[in-house]
Amino acid sequence: MLQRRPTVKFLLEDRPQNLLAVSGLGSSTWDLSAAGDNARNFGFIGAMGQAAPFALGLAIAQPTRRVALFTGDGEILMSLGILATIANIGPENLCVMVLDNESYSETGGQPTATAGPTDLELIAKGAGFTNTSTVRDDSELAALRESLRAASGLHFANIKIATEELPLVFPNSFDGVTAINRFRDAISA
Amino acid sequence: MANSVSPDIGVNWHQDIFDVLVAQDISIVAHVPDAGHGPLIKMCEANSNMHTVTLTTEQDGVGLLSGAWAGGRKGVLLMQSSGVGNTINALALPNICRIPFLTIVTMRGEWGEFIPWQVPMGQGTPKVLEAMGVRVFRVEKKEEVGLTVDAAAHLAINTRQSAAVLVSQKLIGAKQFNQG
Repeated sequence: MLQRRPTVKFLLEDRPQNLLAVSGLGSSTWDLSAAGDNARNFGFIGAMGQAAPFALGLAIAQPTRRVALFTGDGEILMSLGILATIANIGPENLCVMVLDNESYSETGGQPTATAGPTDLELIAKGAGFTNTSTVRDDSELAALRESLRAASGLHFANIKIATEELPLVFPNSFDGVTAINRFRDAISA
Repeated sequence: MANSVSPDIGVNWHQDIFDVLVAQDISIVAHVPDAGHGPLIKMCEANSNMHTVTLTTEQDGVGLLSGAWAGGRKGVLLMQSSGVGNTINALALPNICRIPFLTIVTMRGEWGEFIPWQVPMGQGTPKVLEAMGVRVFRVEKKEEVGLTVDAAAHLAINTRQSAAVLVSQKLIGAKQFNQG
């Protein structure tokens, strides 16, 4: 089974200059930080449910850059309507990636809906995404890495990952103003 | 409308808001449709320089506009007072990151309301916004709508704060039973 930290690191290794990364609160933000500090990252540490709409707004505002969203099954399940909104807007520069460990790992590992019958790739398809995948092994992950680095194409990937207890890796700053200013400056540079 | 109690007929307050948005270079318009904002939404959709996004829930507008600002574009969230409750936790994002956030709220549940279900959130709207650190501007006269939106937008953008303009039901006109 795929492990979350090597997965995120592999996807972002030697990333192109034009790739911006957004992560949802909790584990996804620690994963993004563990993959290496980068001024073109913005990680949520709160406001659960807002990473996906943030990534959509960023993709609209920055059409010549690629936006990579890393979030968890718990966060995306909180606000599934955003998948319909994203599919209807159809930004060609956005790649939505869910790190799905079928549990609320930050709060003690309680099962999420994806531990049951819920299938996030099917939900994304139903929301209107035409390019979707469920990633379970290295070859599927390599294909996702290609999609992420493609010049264009809206993509949704549900990445099935193992449940692990990992040390927290904090981003450059916990202060929201410092974090957003750094990110915004990196984009406008 | 016959049920409008505001005497200043002839003022097109939707147009006035639109003109402020253009003047302040606000080009991302996110909304959950509301009849009170209807004419403004049409104007924004018809303008090729504006990007209008129909949301499924108001809270997504907070993140969307924050992401757009991070990417260098300014926006506004149009919603009805009943939608304000959906945004509460999301408002932590512009608050803690000092991201300029502007919303224009058409009020229900206050002046001449006839649907009881609109009253709790309508009455709670200014209180919950203020509780989340949003600067609240109320407007009750049609001729002051443009001016108020302009003032709120200036404050939001230039001082990096969250600001809300509450457009009173008094000037929109209370919905009647026969209007559905």
